[in-house]
This record gives sequence, structure tokens and C-alpha cells, in this order.
Amino acid sequence: MSKQINVALIGNPNTGKTSVFNALTGLNQKVGNYPGITVDKKQGICKLSRGVKAHILDLPGTYSLNASSLDENVVIELLLNKNDKDYPDVAVIVSDVENLKRNLLLFTQIKDLKIPTLLVINMSDVMKRKGISLDVEVLEEKLNTKIALVSTRKGTGIQELKKLIEQYKTLPKKQCLDASTIEPAYFERLQKAFPNQDIYKLWLVITQDANFGKVSRQELDVSKFKTKSTSELKRLQQKEAIKRYQFINNVLKEGQNIDRSKARDLRSKLDRVLIHKVWGYVIFFIILLTIFQAIYDWATFPMDLIDTTFAGLAEWVKSSYPNGGKVTDLVAEGIVSGIGGIVIFIPQIAFLFLFISILEESGYMSRVVFLMDRIMRRFGLSGKSLVPLISGTACAIPAVMATRNIENWKERLITILVTPFTTCSARLPVYLIIIALVIPEGYIFGLSYQALTLMLLYLIGFGMAVFSAYVLDRIMKTNRKTFFVVEMPNYKLPLLKNVLITVFEKTKTFVFEAGKIILAISVILWVLASYGPGEKFNNAEAIVAEQYADLSDAKIDDKVAAYRLEHSYIGIIGKTIEPVIKPLGYDWKIGIGLVASFAAREVFVGTLATIYSVGSATENESIDTIKTKMSNEIYEDGSKVFTFASGISLLLFYAFAMQCMSTLAIVKRETKSWKWPMIQLIGMSTIAYIFALIAFQILN
Amino acid sequence: MITDSSSNDIPLKLLEMGCLPGNEVKLLQLAPFSDPMYLNVNDSFLAIRKETASLIVIEKINE
Repeated sequence: MSKQINVALIGNPNTGKTSVFNALTGLNQKVGNYPGITVDKKQGICKLSRGVKAHILDLPGTYSLNASSLDENVVIELLLNKNDKDYPDVAVIVSDVENLKRNLLLFTQIKDLKIPTLLVINMSDVMKRKGISLDVEVLEEKLNTKIALVSTRKGTGIQELKKLIEQYKTLPKKQCLDASTIEPAYFERLQKAFPNQDIYKLWLVITQDANFGKVSRQELDVSKFKTKSTSELKRLQQKEAIKRYQFINNVLKEGQNIDRSKARDLRSKLDRVLIHKVWGYVIFFIILLTIFQAIYDWATFPMDLIDTTFAGLAEWVKSSYPNGGKVTDLVAEGIVSGIGGIVIFIPQIAFLFLFISILEESGYMSRVVFLMDRIMRRFGLSGKSLVPLISGTACAIPAVMATRNIENWKERLITILVTPFTTCSARLPVYLIIIALVIPEGYIFGLSYQALTLMLLYLIGFGMAVFSAYVLDRIMKTNRKTFFVVEMPNYKLPLLKNVLITVFEKTKTFVFEAGKIILAISVILWVLASYGPGEKFNNAEAIVAEQYADLSDAKIDDKVAAYRLEHSYIGIIGKTIEPVIKPLGYDWKIGIGLVASFAAREVFVGTLATIYSVGSATENESIDTIKTKMSNEIYEDGSKVFTFASGISLLLFYAFAMQCMSTLAIVKRETKSWKWPMIQLIGMSTIAYIFALIAFQILN
Repeated sequence: MITDSSSNDIPLKLLEMGCLPGNEVKLLQLAPFSDPMYLNVNDSFLAIRKETASLIVIEKINE
């Protein structure tokens, strides 16, 4: 059996921790969840040498062991629990060369837990340019550790790091700070109460209990220990920070030399423009515009390709197995159409994730937070709400989770509640197909009408999010102090590898998670559409033949299929809700789509695809693309189902309605009650209905 | 230069990033309405709201 070393990667946000993780593991990684909470757990395997493997755990970024969020709490929980199967044999602290001082604070804390600790200094390639020089030997000696100088951008130092990981047993375990020097009397008392425990660990548990209140105590039960008031503890923590910085400053005085005249040119130049009072906003707007143009225009080609491929595939299934009966139908109409309905959106979703990850990697996202904080605060949000709102354009689920770094509970709750209004990628399929149907082609200033409509829909979603935040802010009362600390990271050219891995992982998750639901619903729909109760469904042929005796055979077949669908189970469901949705301009087929969408909106298109292919499933007829089918859809009197009015009404309905069970589940998890998701569901759907109603009645 | 940052309402995170007595703060830029403030403290670049910033006592030093 080969030996495996447990490695935990720990570090401040923005230090390139993930780049180091990617460099060590490549694509040998998987993202899961920590049990009970929804923090991403990223782990991977790295081959060291001679059959020695390292199991690498990428812990959430944190500035210190004093957690103030769920993500950060994961780190301390793990490090205090020796029995955890992921408890590290060695901790690798990733720091970046420019913020060594601050990064070392976390380093000293972890080292004081007596875990073998390695220091990685990332971005060593920019040292010279920034005028920084390090004396690694002095640093190693003073910090009692081994240091790997790494550049993930240039790909250097990774082999050395692997070697150091393998020799983790030789790492000295000396602590950096003797905790008892913080306040000798108090710590003496603490040690007496728990003679066999490490006082630093005890101290961490006590302060965590006071600040965060979530540490599972295990053997370190300090609840009986009479401790100090919160403000006194805080004073001690401040003292601890000062002591640690004293230690660090002493180390760096000898080990680091910074020539300030060379530093920070790019940052200040870029900042002067990117967070300028006017240009900052103009640039942000242009970036958004580019993203939407890309999603709409550039993604068209691969999408058309996928569309035709799947239509061809369904036809091929039909012609290859003409005698398969119901099974052939199920595969061609249920499964292939259903899968096609999701695969087609991969190009757009990938584009979206691409842009978001570039904005985050480059450091621009923090600037947007800075620019928008004041404006967002007026609506009861925080500048940090912008990140969830922007990532909400990919998917509300990670967006709701991204609200965790908003320190203020009220701001966080409001952000969670309004985030589902932003246009998530699941709405895209619906928007795209309806826009293609009802908005004319044509260009204005080089931008297509259709792209502009899409942009408008994003703005409407965003506007509604902000507006409802404003309303919620007025309704909800709070007396908690707000605070807001954002680090402004250095500008970096995004690493292609990181971006691609993110895009790949996120798209994959989206496709598989959403795909499962869509496929299941497609099959259920197909069954519901292919069977029906009673005479009317089973004797459709006879009834229709009687009614339309003078028509040609082909036309009769069409009528039969339509008649059958109308009297199938699904037809009955659609017909039942038709009176409610008629004023919005929808027929019962769209109604079926709406009902199915309450599980997840992206099934709308797939549902219509299934319904319409069932509807025209007569022999020898070629299978059209969904779009053609929809535009050919007419009422009994010959007028089109998808007109400008009903199209707009449908767009608005999808813009506002809460149609995503997964989001509701996440909101429940994050707010720990059903109250908020229910308010979301009812509130949003009511708004959607009212807006769709008004739009249709005016436009029609 | 920071002279006092012991107010109870200052988040611990800020202290740990180096907002401690004796460290220098430099105001780099202000967002519209001069809020939030973009600062350089202890080699870290931070943005904090005016509200929080008003709790930190500083003393002007000449460079």
C-alpha cells in the first residue's frame, strides 16, 4: 500500500492559493461539500515520488484563525480536531510576496497549533519588479520552518514544494508566540484549569465561542471555565495581534528588504481610472455590455450547431428503429429532446462563467464592490452584495452562498432574498428562444436588437432586485452595527489555467445537476403526454376521422395527434390552469411549461420541445428545431401563439417568478428557516403574475 | 499614524489586518460621496466605510 500524506492548503484570500492547488493537483481534483454546510470542499491528489501521494485539501481563504464567517470557521474546526480524517499531517501556508507581513499573522497562528507548517511564498517572480528582496535562510531560521519560493504563473518552485511536503517530518515544531505572554495571570489560571491541554488551543476555543459560537468543543470543553467579558476578550485579542506583529516585524526586519520607490505603480495608475468617479462607472457599464453581447452573439454559432445535431440525432433514432414503438418514441421525443434542451446552453453558460472568473481573478471585482458600496447601501445592501448579484447571473445557488462574506446579517438576508431576481443562466434558455421568436432581427450602433433586449432583461432583473431590497430595508428593523472591510487585491493577469478549470468545473456541475432534473422531467412529461384517461384519448382517431371526414390523410394524422395531446394527462393539467394564465396571453401548452418550470425554469424549453414533438409526431415528418415549431404554433382561429405581446409577458413572468426548487432549498439552509424561502416563493411569483398581466393587457 | 483602535465596534478582522496603534495609514482614494475609503495600512490595501473609519483614532504625521 502506498503512503498518503494529508496536506492542508491554508492562506489569505487573493494569495493564489487556488493556483498552487491547481499546480499541485491539475485536474485530479474534486469539489464536494463539508457535511452539513454548503461550503465547497476542494480536494485533490498529488503524486510526490516513489509511490508517495499527497491528499491535498484546499481550505477556504481566511485572514486569521478567528473566524467571522462559516467559510473561515471550516478552517478552525478542522485544525482543532485531531480526529478528523482530513486533519493535516502538514499545513502549507500560501502567502504572496507583497503581503508577507499580513500573511505571516495566519502563519504564526497555525504554527502555534503545533502542526508541522510549511510556508509557500507565491508570486516570487514579481519580487524584483516590486523591489522586494528576501533572505530565505534567515526567514527559515527565524520562523522555524521551510520556505518554498513559488511562482504559479511561471510554474517554478512546485517541485521544491513537493519535496518539502514529503519531508514534513523534519519540520521544527517550535511555537512563534508563547500565548501566556498575552496576559500571564489569565493564562496561568486557564492552564491550571486544564493542565493537560495546550493553552493556545484553549484560548482559540474560548474566543471562538465568544465571537462566533459554533466551535464543536470535543475534548476541549471550556464551558465551565469562568471567563472574561466579550470586550475584555477582545482587548486581549488585540494584544495578541500586536504581539504577533511585533514578532513578525522582528523577523522581517532581518529577512526582508523592500525598496519602496519601485513599488505600486500599476496599482495606482489603474485605480485612478477604474475607480474614478465617472470613468469607473462608465468602464463597468461597458464591461457588462460586452459580456451580454458575447453571450448573445458569439455563442450563437456553437448553439446552432448543437441544435441541428440533436434534431438530427432524434431523427436518426426514429429512422433507425422504426419498429421500436413506444421505446423509440420515448428515446427520440423524451430523452434526446430533453438532453438537447440542456446541452444547447453550454456555450452561453461557459461564456458567463468565463467572464465572471476573469473579473474575480484579475482583482477587478473588489473595485466594483468599492465603487458600488455607497449606492447599494442606500437600498439596504452592501457593496459586497454586488458579487452575489453578479454571480447570480450564473446561478442563484452559488450566489446565495457567496453572501456569506457579508458581515451584517440584515444586509446579508436582504441580499439572499433579492438575489434570485437577477437573471440566472437557467432563465437564459427561455429568454433566448422567446427573444428569437418575438424580437425582430436588426442592428443599432452595431448591437443587435435581440442582444439589447437581453441586456434590458438583465437590467430589469437587477432593478427589481434593488427595488425590492429597498422595500425590504424599510420593512425590516435592525439594531446591529454594520461593518465592512474589503481587501483591494493587486491587479493580476488572470491565469488561463485557473480560469479554464473554473469554467470547466462550474459548467460541468451546472449541466449535471440541472441535467438530471431536466431529464427526469422530460421523461415524466413524455409519459403524461403520451397517455390519457378515457374514451377521448384512446379513440382519438375515430373521433377525429368523424369530425373531419373530408380532409387528407396527412392532415387527419396531425389533427389526431393534436386531439390526443389535448386529452392526455398533461393536456388536462394544462387545460385546468388555462383560465388563470389566459389573461397573461398563454395557452395551455405554455401552461404545462410553466407548471414544469416551478421545479426549475430551464425545463421550460425542454418541456415545450417534448410537447411539440409529441404533438406533431406523425410518421415521416422531419423533426424540426424547437424554434421553428414554436413559431408555427397557432390558435384554433389561426392567430399565432407567440406574438410580441405574449412573448413580452412571458419574458417578464420568467424574469420575476421564483421557479427554482434548488434555490429555495439553499435559502432555507442559509437562513435556517422555511419562512424566508416561502416569502420569496409567494412574493416573487405574485410580482411576476402582476407584471406579466399588465404587459400583455397593454400590448395586446 | 494610528494612536487608538480599541473601540469595541471595530471588527477584529481590521485589527488583524494591521489597524493597530503605531501603524501608519495612508488614504489612497475616496469613492463618490467620500465613502467608502480606500486605505493602505500595514502594507495591506483595504476599503472600509466612513462609519468604521471614524472609530479609529489617528494622528497626522508628515512624510
